[in-house]
Amino acid sequence: MLVQLSHPHRQVEIKGPKRTKELLRELNLVMEAHLVIRGDELVTEDEILADADQIEIRPVISGGT
Amino acid sequence: MNCTKCPTSTRAVIGLPRHNAAFCKACFTTFVHEQVARAIKAFKMFTPEDRILVAVSGGKDSLALWHILLALGYRADALYVNLGIGAYSEESHRKVRHYADTVAASHGAKLLVHVVEQEAGAGIRELATILHRPTCSTCGTIKRYQFNRAAVEQEYDVMATGHNLDDEAARLLGNVLHWQNDYLDKQSPTLPASVEGFAKKVKPLCRLSEREIAAYAVVNRIDYIVEECPMAKGSKMILYKEVLNRLETESPGTKQRFYWGFLDKQTTPAPATESMAEKDQRTLAPCDTCGQPTTAGTCSYCKMMAKAKTAAQPRA
Ligand code: SF4
Ligand SMILES: [Zn+2]
Ligand SMILES: [Zn+2]
Repeated sequence: MLVQLSHPHRQVEIKGPKRTKELLRELNLVMEAHLVIRGDELVTEDEILADADQIEIRPVISGGT
Repeated sequence: MNCTKCPTSTRAVIGLPRHNAAFCKACFTTFVHEQVARAIKAFKMFTPEDRILVAVSGGKDSLALWHILLALGYRADALYVNLGIGAYSEESHRKVRHYADTVAASHGAKLLVHVVEQEAGAGIRELATILHRPTCSTCGTIKRYQFNRAAVEQEYDVMATGHNLDDEAARLLGNVLHWQNDYLDKQSPTLPASVEGFAKKVKPLCRLSEREIAAYAVVNRIDYIVEECPMAKGSKMILYKEVLNRLETESPGTKQRFYWGFLDKQTTPAPATESMAEKDQRTLAPCDTCGQPTTAGTCSYCKMMAKAKTAAQPRA
């Protein structure tokens, strides 16, 4: 599956099927600081992502005051 | 994972470990609205008659805040301050304008804009260089000033910002680590208009985590700027948030207990305090076996030893 990441903007190819939780762990990312979006829908951590899915992992932490 | 609120099994879009819940789109939107409504009520932020000025940046928090207030039927306009930080400012300005035209306008709400370059002759990075001050502190001063001025001059009753639970917990951690007592006083979600010329300030998102607000924006198709202000890189706030999120992952609810616990302590008057010595004198008496002070008849040491001796007796 094609996974889009931010900060910096980049794309990586990851082998599916895989649970959201495992995908984040593999990329060393914390669930609490990210959203996982398939197409344009949010998915939960137990969702199984397929090889054909378009995934965006969006950071939610901002540093403003 | 299914929605824990719907009677029929609807697919959940978000799990909320700190609430032991998972919600579908509709239930999640309701949950967020309820959390904001509770904050508004608990901290006496404003009423449906009040005119509210929302400070918007184009990011998820402020646009979600504007969206929620309009959805709840409040009279909320917004002010955007264009800081003149190259592509970041252009993009965030475009997102705010787009939201104002496509959504806010249909609620009769309007967008005010202040462009720093027009008044100061330069963007904030240039101003910071001229003034030999860090960009973020220059920026903070300008934003606070412009938001307050607009709120007061255009007679808004209250100014609302998109600060969330993570912002407040991270700020509290920073203030506690450095024992910034005077800043601790300013961490309430409602700051009154203490003197003439100072607008009342409120933080209606203080009960919601950053992740919940981002999820709300995605679910409700709010088009916000995901890119961060380039000046935020490596800020202390981000470090504090990362630390808190690691704790949160290990034990859900940590951020909430930390910040809400602080607010509780602030609002409930401290009980008439008894010194530690007074308390000891009231509760301790000599152990009936060994004579050392204890709150029980027999001290826990003597109880433990008695038990160990019985257990060690060879069985007949
Ligand atoms: S990161 Fe600094 S410069 Fe950028 S908006 Fe926040 S305070 Fe202003
Ligand atoms: Zn539901
Ligand atoms: Zn004893």
